[in-house]
Amino acid sequence: MSKPKIAFYWCASCGGCEETVVDLAEDILGVVEKVDIVLWPVAMDFKYKDVAAMPDKSIFATLLNGAIRSSEQEEMARLLRAKSRYLIAYGSCACTGGIPGLANQFAREDILKFNYEDAPSVVNEAKTRPQLVFEENGRKPHLPELRHVVRTLDQVVDVDYYIPGCPPTPKITKAAVGALLEGRLPPKGAVLAPDIALCEECPRRDSKPTDLAFAEFKRPHQKLIDPQLCLLAQGIVCMGPSTRQGCGAQCISGNMPCTGCFGGTDRVKSQGAKMISSLCSAITAKEEKEIDRVLEGIPDPIGTFYRYSLPRSLLRRKVDL
Amino acid sequence: MSDAPSPANPAPRGWSPRIVAFFCNWCTYTAADLAGVSRIKYASNTCTIRLMCSGRVDPQFIVEAFAKGADGVLIGGCHPNDCHYAEGNYKCLRRFRMIQRVLGDLGIAQDRLRLEWISAAEGDKVKTVINEMVEKIQKLGPLNMPQRFEEWDREMTELEHSIHQAAVPAEKEISHV
Repeated sequence: MSKPKIAFYWCASCGGCEETVVDLAEDILGVVEKVDIVLWPVAMDFKYKDVAAMPDKSIFATLLNGAIRSSEQEEMARLLRAKSRYLIAYGSCACTGGIPGLANQFAREDILKFNYEDAPSVVNEAKTRPQLVFEENGRKPHLPELRHVVRTLDQVVDVDYYIPGCPPTPKITKAAVGALLEGRLPPKGAVLAPDIALCEECPRRDSKPTDLAFAEFKRPHQKLIDPQLCLLAQGIVCMGPSTRQGCGAQCISGNMPCTGCFGGTDRVKSQGAKMISSLCSAITAKEEKEIDRVLEGIPDPIGTFYRYSLPRSLLRRKVDL
Repeated sequence: MSDAPSPANPAPRGWSPRIVAFFCNWCTYTAADLAGVSRIKYASNTCTIRLMCSGRVDPQFIVEAFAKGADGVLIGGCHPNDCHYAEGNYKCLRRFRMIQRVLGDLGIAQDRLRLEWISAAEGDKVKTVINEMVEKIQKLGPLNMPQRFEEWDREMTELEHSIHQAAVPAEKEISHV
């Protein structure tokens, strides 16, 4: 019997998710033994046209990371969807939009203008911008089009499973690949990580007060953080209460607060709004002015509460762009 | 799709604002009831949802109301120090101040979200607040998020269409990479 075919693909991402596959270390050998990799642009040389020539559903599983931001990524997402039995959104960007998703706060024109004209490091007097089609030495190359909206993978094509994280940890990756290969699969649409908040597995859990009270918020660089005490108890915004566990609380072990990359649990409709609900209700102030003063400690609410999930959130994008 | 703000589109004829109102059982809902019993007339644009306390208003409710097509969200609770559960209205106020900032950052006009303390005796205030809000939102025009989502996604259907037309998918577009 031939080995199951696996594809890895990347869209709008930083490459960190690919790094996790490498971080499997020796364990990757066990995986490679059991499968045939048919596409992995970051590490191996395959041609897209070979994938396009494969019969539909002939790839066993595709792990696709990155948000969908350009026409090319969209096209590849559709192609890989057609060719794969299981399409898996791998990493925060594919699952919930991730860091690239924060671009949904800006108009496309503003993004292009800044990057090709206004950024301090740019020298571009002719104000040249990439064109979708241009002629060079008699060739007519096509370039992908940047979309107005950054999308999660499941806003473009049907997705079978989600592996969250920025990046997903080797541990949940291994567990997910194992489950896939052995056919121990949960119902379609499941997130392949525990459906419990991070606080549950946090090493500082016992120091979390039952009645949190915030007189002020501090950002991590603004104070010396006690390495034992619950970060919320120290007035630092830690997304643990509204974030799914599965990462092993690595950031907290590194004395930094959770920023929410695993996304909300299944019951949460909007991770950021849920966190606002839990966090802000515990402010001590009662007067409007005093409340606002405390909230000033969070200068960028979207970047704090929706750092990885703006495209997935209920409003998806700044509405008046 | 254009980058132009959609509110520039004129409001469709016959449109009038849809406001989701979250009223607390003990004060504002009772006030709305009083307004009804007293036959006070006010704009019929609100869809009222009774909650036990304004402290029950999860910011998710607000965002979801907008996402599902509300043009405005009104929250009514007991006056400070009057909450049936002692602190619920303060919790509401704190969340409200933050979600207001978030919605502002996401381009939703401030006037679309309002928090008012209305006691059980203030039937008249229900009328004033709702009428005022309807008037303001009438000027802002429809928010209509469901339609915006559709407009945003139109850029995708175009590609889908062109893929279906191409005999060999993907290759032509991508071969330069």
